[in-house]
Amino acid sequence: MNQEQVRQVVLNIISDIAPDEDMTTLKDEVSLREQLDLDSMDFLDIVMELRKRHKVEVPAEDYPKLATMASCVSYLTPKMQ
Amino acid sequence: MAHDAIIIGAGMSGLAAGIRLAMFGKKVVILEKHSIPGGLNSYYQRRNFEEGGVRPFDVGLHALTNFIKKGEKGKPFSKLLKQLRLSWDDFKLHPQTHSMIHFPEAQLKFSNDFELLESEVHQRFPHQKDHFARLAQNVREFNELDLSLGYQSTRAKLATIITDPLLLEMLLAPLLIYGSAWEDDMDFAQFVIMFKSLYFEGFARPEGGVRRIIKLLVDKYAENGGELRYRSSVARILTENGKAVGVRLDNGEELRAIHIFSSIGLPETAMRVDDGHFETQPRVGKMTFLESIFVFDKKPTDDATIVFYNNAPTYAYRPASNYYDATSAVVCLPDNYERHNTAGEGTVRVTYMANYRQWADLVRTDYDAKKDEVAESAKALIKKLFPTYDAHLRFTDVFSPTTIERYTWHKDGTVYGSIDKTRDGRTPVDNLFIIGTDQGFLGIIGAMLSGISMANLHGLMEAPQ
Ligand SMILES: Cc1cc2nc3c(=O)[nH]c(=O)nc-3n(C[C@H](O)[C@H](O)[C@H](O)COP(=O)(O)OP(=O)(O)OC[C@H]3O[C@@H](n4cnc5c(N)ncnc54)[C@H](O)[C@@H]3O)c2cc1C
Repeated sequence: MNQEQVRQVVLNIISDIAPDEDMTTLKDEVSLREQLDLDSMDFLDIVMELRKRHKVEVPAEDYPKLATMASCVSYLTPKMQ
Repeated sequence: MAHDAIIIGAGMSGLAAGIRLAMFGKKVVILEKHSIPGGLNSYYQRRNFEEGGVRPFDVGLHALTNFIKKGEKGKPFSKLLKQLRLSWDDFKLHPQTHSMIHFPEAQLKFSNDFELLESEVHQRFPHQKDHFARLAQNVREFNELDLSLGYQSTRAKLATIITDPLLLEMLLAPLLIYGSAWEDDMDFAQFVIMFKSLYFEGFARPEGGVRRIIKLLVDKYAENGGELRYRSSVARILTENGKAVGVRLDNGEELRAIHIFSSIGLPETAMRVDDGHFETQPRVGKMTFLESIFVFDKKPTDDATIVFYNNAPTYAYRPASNYYDATSAVVCLPDNYERHNTAGEGTVRVTYMANYRQWADLVRTDYDAKKDEVAESAKALIKKLFPTYDAHLRFTDVFSPTTIERYTWHKDGTVYGSIDKTRDGRTPVDNLFIIGTDQGFLGIIGAMLSGISMANLHGLMEAPQ
């Protein structure tokens, strides 16, 4: 997958977890938590959905790498080749 | 084949935990002793001989706490919706009109808008205005979800904040009877949970009562591939080298799993583990109740939803010394939720604190007579509180602490569980976890959140021991 596709994967997951959030104005460099109503339980769901849908493992120590959309994309793209 | 997880009990916590685990591909089985789900908040029906047919009742539902408006974020109920992938609309919530704390010297109303309680306190207790604001501030800033907290006495903490003893008693009464396992006091974290869920957020009722909630959970669990077995009573929890490895049912069948989540209570769980694992047996909680349910031929005239009644200057929260204590009661008018249909019958539920031992020792004939006495007392209270309500009584049902024990298997009919809670869900046995009431989150919403957070923590995030 290329970066744009990985971004779409993350977007799809977030919109399934938090269906009420408006994602059209999301800024990639700003923390997801600041822009969306996501708590640590929701981040767990992002990780679990990545595993379920794309067989990608994110160990607990790497959770901080999911802080922004940009950091998600750069962390996940190599894992999704 | 072994399961990833066995969940003991299909109450609110067991079903919620099951959904979370099944959602992420775990092979889960819920084992439920009863023939229907719901646990302490299940449902039943009574035959109505005079009119023919049956009447459906909810065991417990007075109110769903933690009310939020559609779209409200960052609250326990909104977290629960997201975690279980349910929508707000699924619950068809009808918010309360208002509720009332009714003491002889004063009354305080509250609703789903905290400002009503604030203004009531300012009016009746003007000298406590700043004190009450400080209390609300303390509650707002406290992290009640910290799983490492130990027991802290609420009365000790509140004495320094609310200096008028009457106000203190009045504020405590609803929070104690809606969620304290401790006599006359409660853990401060539990106080904060209850304060937020009753006073900041408030009450609602799902259309159709508790059946709607249970159906949502059971359907969602099945949709995710979870397995649910009724009439499956867990007799023993099997261990090997200090680790839980499975369970044995009453019929001798054995099932194995990596993780075991028990919602049947900490003492009830410990009893089923071989000796030597639990250093001391957890204590069985003493708080249990009697509930009288009356069906009248018309709706109540008063518009309150729930009245927390107390006929003394202080609020005694402890097992009744003589079968039941009519000094105080919770009177719930389930028809008085907004947008509820207006025609037809009216229901009134009256809850008294009770004494398990005395009810358990009654022989059948005395038991029935005692229940009649309770119903008479409750009817007199309804007359006293709502003197203009001249409706005809069509049906009465009373259930006692022994009824609760008989259908939920909670020892001594305890409703809020043991006073020994295990907030992080861990037990002395690896891979055996406590969810629901004795993990520390209770009530319908609390138990579901407990199941969710324990499933997340121990079933999804951590590798097995
Ligand atoms: C009369 C009454 C009124 C209430 N009113 C309200 C209210 O208005 N609002 C509110 O929020 N809360 C209310 N509650 C509290 C609420 O019902 C509970 O806090 C909540 O349902 C607890 O859920 P749980 O999952 O922790 O436990 P439980 O519901 O007790 O679940 C445990 C399950 O385990 C099963 N079980 C027991 N032993 C075994 C065994 N050996 N093997 C297999 N299964 C077993 C039981 O049958 C049960 O289904 C009320 C409770 C009562 C009794």
